[in-house]
Amino acid sequence: MIPNILSILIFLPVVLAIPVLFFKKESETLIKSYTLGVSILTFMVSLLLFINFDASTGQFQFVEKTKWINFINTNYFVGIDGISLLLILLSTFIIPLTIIASWKTIKTKVKAFYFLMLLMLGGLIGVFCALDLLLFYVFWEFILIPMYFMIGIWGSENRIYATVKFFIYTVSGSVLLLVGIIWLGFLALPILGTFSTDLIELKSVSYNLPVDSQIYLFILFTLSFMIKVPLFPLHTWLPDAHVQAPTAGSVILASLLLKMGTYALIRFSLTLFPAGFVELTPYFAALSVIGIIYGALLSIVQKDMKKLVAYSSVSHMGFIVLGTFALTAEAIQGSVIQMINHGLSTGALFLIVGILYERRHTKEIAKYGGVMKVMPVFSVIFLIVVMSSIGLPGLNGFIGEFLVLIGSFYSPNLGSHWYAIISTTVVIFAAVYLLWLYQRIMLGPLDKEENKNIKDINKTELVTLIPLVIFIVWIGVQPNTFLKVTEKSVEQIIVNIKTVTPKFNHLIGD
Amino acid sequence: MSDLFYLVTLLPLLGFLVNGLLGKKINNEKITGIIGSLMVFIPFLIASVTFFQLLSFNPEERSIFVNYFSWITAGNLEINYAFLIDPLSMVMVLVITGIGFLIHVYSIGYMHGDPGFAKFFAYLNLFIFAMLHLVLADNFLLIFLGWEGVGLCSYLLIGFWYQHKFTGEAAKKAFVMNRIGDVGFMIAMFIIFANFGTLKISEFLPQLEGYPLNDGLLIAIGLLFFLGATGKSAQIPLYTWLPDAMAGPTPVSALIHAATMVTAGIYLVARTSLLYALTPVTTQTIFIIGIVTSLLAGTIAIKQNDIKKVLAYSTVSQLGFMFIALGVFAYHVAVFHLVTHAFFKALMFLGSGSVIHGMKDEQDIRYMGGLKRKMKITFITFLIGTLAISGIPPLSGFWSKDEILYKVMSNAGTVYYIIVLISAAITAFYMFRLVSLTFYGKARYNEEKIHPHESSVMTIPLIILAVLSAIGGFIGMPHFLGVPNVFEEWLAPVFSKSYSVFESFQPSVEHSVSFEIILILISVIVASVVSWYAFKKFSKQETFEEESGFGKVLENKYYVDEVYDTVVVEPIKNVSDKFLWNIFDVKIIDGVINGIANYFSKLSFDWRKLQTGIVQDYTAISVAGVIAIILYLLLK
Repeated sequence: MIPNILSILIFLPVVLAIPVLFFKKESETLIKSYTLGVSILTFMVSLLLFINFDASTGQFQFVEKTKWINFINTNYFVGIDGISLLLILLSTFIIPLTIIASWKTIKTKVKAFYFLMLLMLGGLIGVFCALDLLLFYVFWEFILIPMYFMIGIWGSENRIYATVKFFIYTVSGSVLLLVGIIWLGFLALPILGTFSTDLIELKSVSYNLPVDSQIYLFILFTLSFMIKVPLFPLHTWLPDAHVQAPTAGSVILASLLLKMGTYALIRFSLTLFPAGFVELTPYFAALSVIGIIYGALLSIVQKDMKKLVAYSSVSHMGFIVLGTFALTAEAIQGSVIQMINHGLSTGALFLIVGILYERRHTKEIAKYGGVMKVMPVFSVIFLIVVMSSIGLPGLNGFIGEFLVLIGSFYSPNLGSHWYAIISTTVVIFAAVYLLWLYQRIMLGPLDKEENKNIKDINKTELVTLIPLVIFIVWIGVQPNTFLKVTEKSVEQIIVNIKTVTPKFNHLIGD
Repeated sequence: MSDLFYLVTLLPLLGFLVNGLLGKKINNEKITGIIGSLMVFIPFLIASVTFFQLLSFNPEERSIFVNYFSWITAGNLEINYAFLIDPLSMVMVLVITGIGFLIHVYSIGYMHGDPGFAKFFAYLNLFIFAMLHLVLADNFLLIFLGWEGVGLCSYLLIGFWYQHKFTGEAAKKAFVMNRIGDVGFMIAMFIIFANFGTLKISEFLPQLEGYPLNDGLLIAIGLLFFLGATGKSAQIPLYTWLPDAMAGPTPVSALIHAATMVTAGIYLVARTSLLYALTPVTTQTIFIIGIVTSLLAGTIAIKQNDIKKVLAYSTVSQLGFMFIALGVFAYHVAVFHLVTHAFFKALMFLGSGSVIHGMKDEQDIRYMGGLKRKMKITFITFLIGTLAISGIPPLSGFWSKDEILYKVMSNAGTVYYIIVLISAAITAFYMFRLVSLTFYGKARYNEEKIHPHESSVMTIPLIILAVLSAIGGFIGMPHFLGVPNVFEEWLAPVFSKSYSVFESFQPSVEHSVSFEIILILISVIVASVVSWYAFKKFSKQETFEEESGFGKVLENKYYVDEVYDTVVVEPIKNVSDKFLWNIFDVKIIDGVINGIANYFSKLSFDWRKLQTGIVQDYTAISVAGVIAIILYLLLK
């Protein structure tokens, strides 16, 4: 096995991004091919990680720890468990696809675009590996920069409003997170004898905190995560950001950036402050359920394809948060697989919107109709993705939703069946908004002159969508491939909470 | 044979993939049609052999359990991809593959020349694949996979002619209405998992033994599953999608929306019959819903003029009869009617397809008439189907419907018997109206332009189904005739526990043979008189007047669609659009956010004025600050 494989993964795309700056501006194909090559190389390294991963333990693996900032006792500390692994794989898998999707659609400042793509990739892997709070914080903030530019430079007309909104929303969350990290670090002083930002060490600190402090710290940490998810009512930056972002930006935003929030919720909020987590469960669970229904209802009435998908994300991401707060093995496993599913399905939906946009230069649903006639191949893929997002059994979306719901239904921590029951009704609304979208775009008479000559999906576009479709089917038919990876990690999280806060034992499923 | 049984589901999947992926390349209707049909016919053969194998076992041992692989494992949840081959699933598999095969063959003729020919066969195969999962699965989640899978195929096939404005709408309606029922199905699974720790049927049902009657938990599960059943099997309140589903090609209506998929709800209740036997409250609910649905749909059918719409409402009504049977704890009778109905309703749908085909896509029976001379085979077979559904002896429908009536009489009482008898009479009435207007009287179409004809690929399945509709009922004849009721005996092991529960609280009433004969005579007389009356009334009708009064209400299907629209659909849309989105999301949440942002931007703008850039100002402020500090320290 390769030593320091995690560091290699994080820094490979970042370091190899630098040469992009020295390429000639005109040699666009070279820049694109090079970036694609680097991203594929990164993907292959991540596959090595997958192969060498030991799924029979819930402990952190591939751990690396070296001194980083001595005077505050902060380490460069990385390591992964099954949950991180799946999200790393998702990142390294999605980024090459978005690079291909941008091939012909990004025409200005090509160099900068692909440079940022690689930085983003490195940053994302960093987020999912970091086991030191400060290191995590650095990666977390680092991601903002490429995304900020991606929407700000390559976005549509109203991009400045969207970028500023996106930036302010997330930065205000981040500030709270930083305060939380520093506060917790100081709380470690009397117990550890030193300031600390080490996740593992801090566990012994935070578990001994009085419930009040845990609640405050939990809020400081979690608010910033929930802005990223986004949890209702913190979601209004998302539709704007999506509508303005270029296709690649939307895909990365939906598939990967949102997952940082739900991942961090499990990795940090839940791990560090179980008491706060349990105490505040009713509020967060209620907001998740509201978001699930609310997002779906708003999706029904959207007139812009991207807005529709954006609001559907609010609904789908609500499931992940609900499942995490359910605190049963089924539900958390469901949440993790739902993160992957949402990444695949919503990523695919944004690619699909991008493909239509390339042809007709409009995202307004009413401008389409009967397109199936001219785009037969595309219509099949579109339908598979729609069905995946609707949660049709046999495709991926169902697995996550079902596990979250069945695990939430009996969850002692939620303490009520109603969270799951109300959330289940969303399967009706999901069918309404997605099938209606499909119907208005693909079915009916092809009666608009501008639509009569559009071309079916081309090879490049197929290359971006087929891999997603493969996994959409794979996870639906054989979810155990992926559930197995996270099984022990989720078990470990639950065992941890049980051992440190025995008084919550009755609240946690086994 | 059970080691080859995996082919039963695998082959239709293969057919789907071949025709779906390579159909365009093959580009040959014959090959596509033959592949599609074979991939259903071979499973039918395998299933038949398995059937005889089961038959050779002792009745109690007639169930084979096959476990293929683990599908979902998470926490305590363990879902296997496993099948249960028992008498009940066997009956369903034979109906699905047998009738399915005939309809595939028929489709070769019906879909001839359609640009989506290969796609059509791919979808049909996919449907068979999903439907087989529904009836073979050994756990609720795998049933649900089939359940939703057939829903998808139904969606695809209703919307098959996607260029029409209406088909997409009808397809979506079918899917969404079914999803409402699916919520019930899902929550029922959650409850079962939370309380019984399993989703396996073979682990769940045994745990029910010893439960008291009408236990709240079981009532909840039963009602929720039944909600799912009302969606799939088109019962009140979720039936309105089925008539619209007629927008799909006619073979689809025959296969999915008459013979197989819509019986899934009946199958589900029969499969979990013990649950319903233990909760008479739930069973009564089913009974009432079944009665009201059969009456409601039957009366609507009287005033419909689209040949397929009449058959669609008839299907809703007949499904109601099956639920009536389930509602009087007569599980094998419900399945019996399911089988005979599959024969004669598939037959009549295919017959109507033949008519529509021959009439150049005309579906309005007001513009037909006198077709019996020009479409002889279609006419004769259709007539057989009509006689069967109307309950004329000795055709198949007579036996099954009569047994339902008998069970209603003995388990629910005379009043309900009369109501169900009226519903049966209505069936005979609208069916003979349909037959008379279509095949008798004078031609009411333009005979110069339309030349009705039939084609042989299509008539052969009609003949086979007609034979089945005629003689299929002999498998379930009542005991007093002295012949064995083989159908009841075959299913006995599946329902024995449920029946003993039922008998524990309602001792069976033994009626005298003469009483049974009187009942049969009554229903035969009612059916014959009504049929004859309808035939007389409609076979000579030539002019049609605008409906008025109650007739208009019936023609407009009691305005149920309109009510649903105004009461449910529009309010949801309006609230989501006008309030949640445009006011709550945009004005309130974003208003607050932007308000905060603007406040800070204003604040910083104001504070910026402090930085005047004049040194004197800064000095003055600094001095003031120093003085303030000194004062503070002095006064502390």
